[in-house]
Amino acid sequence: MTDTMTDILLLTIGSFGILIALTFVGEVLRAREEPGFVNPVLDTYMTRVQSWWGMVAFVGFALIMGRIGVMVLFAFASFAALRDFLTLTTKAQADHLSLALAFFAVLPLQYVFVGLGWDGLYAIFIPVYAFLLLPIVSALRGNPDRFLMRVAETQWALMIAVFCVSHVPALMNLEIDGYGDRSLLLVAFMVMVVQFGDLLEYFFGRRIGRRKIAPGLSPKTWEGLLCGVGCAMLIGALLSWITPFGVFGAMAMAGVASLVGMFGSLVVASIKRDRGVKDWSHLIPGQGGFVDQLDSVIFAAPIFYHLTKYFYT
Amino acid sequence: MKFLRQFAARIVGQSIRIFARAITAVRADWKGIEPVPRQRVYFANHTSNADMPMIWSVLPPSMRRTVRPVAAADYWLKNKVRAFVGPEVFNCVLVDRRPEVKDKPMDKIIAALDEGSSLIIFPEGNRNMTDDPLLPFKAGLYNMGVARPDVDLVPTWVANLTEIMPKGEIIPLPLICTVTFGEPIHVREGESKDDFLKRASNALLAQRPEVRT
Repeated sequence: MTDTMTDILLLTIGSFGILIALTFVGEVLRAREEPGFVNPVLDTYMTRVQSWWGMVAFVGFALIMGRIGVMVLFAFASFAALRDFLTLTTKAQADHLSLALAFFAVLPLQYVFVGLGWDGLYAIFIPVYAFLLLPIVSALRGNPDRFLMRVAETQWALMIAVFCVSHVPALMNLEIDGYGDRSLLLVAFMVMVVQFGDLLEYFFGRRIGRRKIAPGLSPKTWEGLLCGVGCAMLIGALLSWITPFGVFGAMAMAGVASLVGMFGSLVVASIKRDRGVKDWSHLIPGQGGFVDQLDSVIFAAPIFYHLTKYFYT
Repeated sequence: MKFLRQFAARIVGQSIRIFARAITAVRADWKGIEPVPRQRVYFANHTSNADMPMIWSVLPPSMRRTVRPVAAADYWLKNKVRAFVGPEVFNCVLVDRRPEVKDKPMDKIIAALDEGSSLIIFPEGNRNMTDDPLLPFKAGLYNMGVARPDVDLVPTWVANLTEIMPKGEIIPLPLICTVTFGEPIHVREGESKDDFLKRASNALLAQRPEVRT
C-alpha cells in the first residue's frame, strides 16, 4: 500500500470516527427525550448527520478509488448542481439547444480536459468558449425577449456548477516539487477544512453570534465567521502533514479557503433569495440540493487551486 | 408465462422510475395530502406524455400498486410495446374515446373505483399545446365526483415538463420536475357541473409552484 493510500484510509477512518461520535451524541439526546415528544432541532441535526455519513462514504470511497473515482464523483456533483441551478434560471424555448449543450457537451468536456490535465484549456473553456459560443446558439433561434438575462444566467450556472466544481478534482493535476502523487490529498484537505469551518461557523454563530454580516439575507454573524475561519485554520494546521504547505502555510491556505467559502455561501444565499426559494432542491435530506451543500467548496475551489499553483509549483 | 410477464412488468416499472429519478430528479410535494394509501382520484395537468409516468414514479410503492392511470386505448394499444407497458406496467384503465363504441369510458372508470383502485386522470382530455396553463376541463371529473362522492379528488400539478421537453425538441433537458399534490376537493351538494369544473381547475392552478423569474 502506498503512503498516499494509507493517509486517505486514515482520514476516512478519522472522519467516520467523528461521525460515530456525532451520531452517538444525537442518539443519547434522543433517548433522553420524553416519549412522544419530538425536538425539531435534534431531528434536523440527526438528518444532517445522516447526510454527512453518505457524503463521507462517497468522498472516502472516491478517494480510495483514486484519480478516476474523484473525477467521476465531482462530474456527477456538477451535473446535479447544474440541474438544480438551471431549474431556477430564466430560459425560453430558444435556449433549448444551448442548455442541452451545457449539460451534454460543456460539462463532460470540462471534465475530460481536467482528466487529461490540459490546464491551459480547462481554465478558459467555460469562461471564454462557452461564454461566447452558447449565446450564439441561443441568438440563432431569434428570440430577443429577455435575452441578456437568459444568457447571463446560463453562464452563471455553468461557472458555478461546472467550472468551479471541476477545480476540486483539478487539484490532482498540480505538480508540486517533493509532493509526488500525493496531490489527491489536497482534495481531502480542502474539502475537510472548508466543510468543518462551515459547521463550526454555524455552531458558534448560534452560540455567540450577535452582529449580522448581511441582515435580511442570512443569519451568518461576524463572530461566527471569525470563529469558523479560526477553527478552519486550526484544522488546517492539524492536517498539515498531508499537505506540501508546512504548518503555517496550511493554516493560511485553510483560512483563505474557508473565508472565501463563507462569503461564497452569502452569494448563493442572495441568488436563492432573488428566486424566492429556500433551498435549490431536495436531493440531500436535511441539506437541500447539491449547491446548498457545496456552496462554500464551490467558491473556495478555484481560489485554492490558483493560490497553490502560484505559490507551490 | 403469466408469472414471467408480471416479473418483466415489475422490472420495466422500476427502470422507468429510476430513469425518471436520475434524469429529472422528480420529487413529490405533499402539500395538501399525506402519502398514505387512500382511495383518491389524482387529476393533473397534461402537457407531455411523460406526465403520467412522473406522477406514478413519485408515489410510494404501496400507493403505486393500487393506482390506475386512465389512458386512451388508441394510444396504448398502437403497438406491442405500448400494449405491454400501458396495461401491464402501469395497470392503465384503457378507455376508448370514440363515440360509437359500446363500453362507455365512464362505466370502466366507475368499475375501477368500485374495485378500490385510485385513479390518475387528465381532465383536460388532451395534451395542452397552448400557452394557457390549463385547457377547459371535460365533464368526466364531475361525473366521477357525483357517482362516487366519497372518493377524494386530488389536484396534482406536474411542473417543468414543458421546459424539460418543449414541443418540437428532441433532446430532453435534465431539469428538476416537481409533482405537487393539493388538498382534495369534492362535488358540493347542488353544485352545477360548470361551477364544479371551474373550482377544480382553480384548485389545480393553485398548486403551481411559484418561481420568480
